[in-house]
Amino acid sequence: MRKAHTVHALIIGLVMVMCFGGTALAADLGIAMVTDVGGVNDQSFNQSAWEGLQRAGKDFGLKVGYKESKQDADYGPNMETLTDAGYDLIWGIGFLMGDAIKEAAEINPDQKYAIIDFAYGDKTPKNVACVVFQEEEPSFLVGYIAGKMTKTNKVGFVGGIKFPLIEKFEYGYMAGVKLANPKCEVVRQYAESFTDAAKGKAIANNMYQQGSDIVFHASGGVGDGVIEAAKEKNKWAIGVDKDQNFLAPDNVLTSAMKRVDNAIYDVAKQLNSGQYKGGQALVYNLKNDGVSIAPTSNKHVPANILKEVDGLIAKIKAGDIVVPATSAEFDKFK
Amino acid sequence: MEALVNDLGFIIGTTLMYSTPLIFTATGSVITERSGIINIGLEGMMYFGAFVGAAVAYFTQDPWIGFLCAGLAGAFLALFHAIATVTFSAEQIVSGIAINFLGPGLALFLSRLFFDGATQTLTIPNKMPLPLNFLFGDGKLFASTGFMDLVFNQFATVYLSIALVFVAWFFLYKTRLGMRLMAVGEHPEAADSLGISVYRIRYGAVMTSGFLAGLGGAAMSIAVVSRFSNTLISGHGFIALAAMIFGKWRPQGALLACLIFGGAKGLEIYLGAKGFPVPSSILATLPYVLTIIILVGWVGRSRPPAAIGKIFDKGEA
Repeated sequence: MRKAHTVHALIIGLVMVMCFGGTALAADLGIAMVTDVGGVNDQSFNQSAWEGLQRAGKDFGLKVGYKESKQDADYGPNMETLTDAGYDLIWGIGFLMGDAIKEAAEINPDQKYAIIDFAYGDKTPKNVACVVFQEEEPSFLVGYIAGKMTKTNKVGFVGGIKFPLIEKFEYGYMAGVKLANPKCEVVRQYAESFTDAAKGKAIANNMYQQGSDIVFHASGGVGDGVIEAAKEKNKWAIGVDKDQNFLAPDNVLTSAMKRVDNAIYDVAKQLNSGQYKGGQALVYNLKNDGVSIAPTSNKHVPANILKEVDGLIAKIKAGDIVVPATSAEFDKFK
Repeated sequence: MEALVNDLGFIIGTTLMYSTPLIFTATGSVITERSGIINIGLEGMMYFGAFVGAAVAYFTQDPWIGFLCAGLAGAFLALFHAIATVTFSAEQIVSGIAINFLGPGLALFLSRLFFDGATQTLTIPNKMPLPLNFLFGDGKLFASTGFMDLVFNQFATVYLSIALVFVAWFFLYKTRLGMRLMAVGEHPEAADSLGISVYRIRYGAVMTSGFLAGLGGAAMSIAVVSRFSNTLISGHGFIALAAMIFGKWRPQGALLACLIFGGAKGLEIYLGAKGFPVPSSILATLPYVLTIIILVGWVGRSRPPAAIGKIFDKGEA
C-alpha cells in the first residue's frame, strides 16, 4: 500500500513538473521526511510533521514529500531513496531514527538532515539539525490544571518507559501540581512499554480505585488504556503529544501537546532563508510555540483556571519560572 | 482488611482482563495443533481481527456484529494458511510467517481506506456489554465498587472465553469428531486408511483457530479498549502460542497458562503501584519469568502431537 502512495506521489510529481516546467522546479528547495512505522496519518507525530511540512511548502513554495517506513529496517533505505531524489533537507520523524540519520549523514556529508526528538550532544554531525522539545513545560501546565481541579487531592501519572525524555513529563507535571496545590499527592507508575494498552488500563484503574481523580499519561499506545479506564470509571484523563480529547470527549480534560508541525515549519523557514542550523540542537518550547496545551481545554477547564495558566505561560516565557525536567531539578523547585 | 480484599480483587480482575484475548487465541491454537498443523500466524490473525472487530463495531454500532466479523476475518486469513499447508503441503512455519505480515498489512490498508488515511479506527460507540452489571450498584445485590465488582463485573468476552475452554475440552475428548481430529494429528495415514478425511478435518481445524484468534483480537479492540490502533496487538499471538505449548496442547492447560501469565501481570502492576522497591523495568519481566518458572516446575515433560508439522499427502501415502 505504501508502494501505492509512492506511485501517487510520483504521478503528482510528474503532473506538477508538466504544469510548472522542469526548470522552475529544479530551482526550488525541496524538503522530505521519513515517517516511522506509524505512517503519515498516525494522528500523532508523523501526521503533525507532514501538516507542518505541507504548510511550509505552500507558504515558501517548496517541494515537499514523504516516505513511509514499514519497519525499523526501512529507515536507512528510505533516507537513501530521498537523498537520491534530490531533496535539500531530509527529516527523520522520531527518536527511533537516531542511528539511521547519523549513518546517512556520515555517508552523505553534503546532504542536509534533521531529526525530531533526538540530540547527539557533542557528536552532532555538521549536516544534522536536531529538534528537541521542552516537554516539561506543557506537562507543568497540565499539572497545574490537575492540581487546581482535583477534588480528592490525589492525581496520577502513567509513564511509558522510564528514561530521561519521559521523566521530563513526569517532573514537569509534578511541579505544576505542586504549585497549584501543595497538598495534592502525585501517584506515579511506569508501564515499561509504549504499546501495552491493557497495562495502561490496569494501572489507571488502580489509581482511580485508590482515590486519584485525574491521571496524566506520557506513554504512547499504553495511554489508550489509560483513557479507556477514565471513560469507564467516568474520571479525568490528560492526553499527551496531540489533542487527545477526540478519544473520549467527556473524559479527556486537556492534553500536553508537542507542536511538531510548528518546529518543522520553523526549520523550513530557516532553510528557505539560507539559515539552516546544522550541527546543533534546536530547542522548542512555549516561547517559540513548540509546545502548548490542547485547544479543547476550554471544554472542561474553567475559564479562571485557564487565565491563571496564561499567566504561567507568560512567566515561563519571561524566564520567571524555570520548569524542572529532572528529579534533581524538581527537588530544588520552590 | 477491606483494602486487602479489594487489592486481591484488583489482581484477579486484571488477570481476567489480560488473559481473555490470550485464552481465545490459545484455545484455537490447541485445536489446529492437535490436527497436526502449526499456526504461528496467530499474531497476524489477531491483528486483523482486532481491526475488523473495531471497524465493524464502529460502522454498525453493534459490538456483537463486530465480534462475529472479527472471527470471520481471522478465519479468512486462516483459509490462506490452510490452502498453503493442507492442500499444497507448504512449510507450515513459512506460511505462518507470511500470515503475520499479511494480517497487519491488510488491517492497515483497510484502516486507511475506511478511516480517512488513519492507521487506527475511531472510538466505537458501543462496547461489549457487562452482562452482570445489573447486579451491581446502589440498592442492588452488590456495591458498585469493591471485591465483587472487580472480580465478577466483567465484559461478556471474559465469560465467553472461559466457556469456550469447556466447549473445546468437551469437543476434543468427548465427541467423535474431536477424537478423529486428534487421530489425524497423531497419525494421519492411519486415520486416512480408516476413511477419515484428513484434509477436511485440517481445513476445519485451521479455520477454527483463525476464527478464535480473530475473536481474541476483537476482545482487545472492543472490550479492553474501544478502538483499534496500530500497536494494540503487539506480541499477544506469540504469547498465546507459548501458552498453548506450556499447556501441553490441551485446552485446560492453555487456560491455566494464560491465567498464570495474566495473574503475573496483575501482580506486577499491583507491586508497582505499592512502591515495591524494585525498578519498574525489572518488575516488568516478572510475568515472563514467573510464567516460565511455574510452568517448567509444574508442568514437566510435554509431548506434541506426533504428526505435527509433517506433510500429509494422500497421493503418496
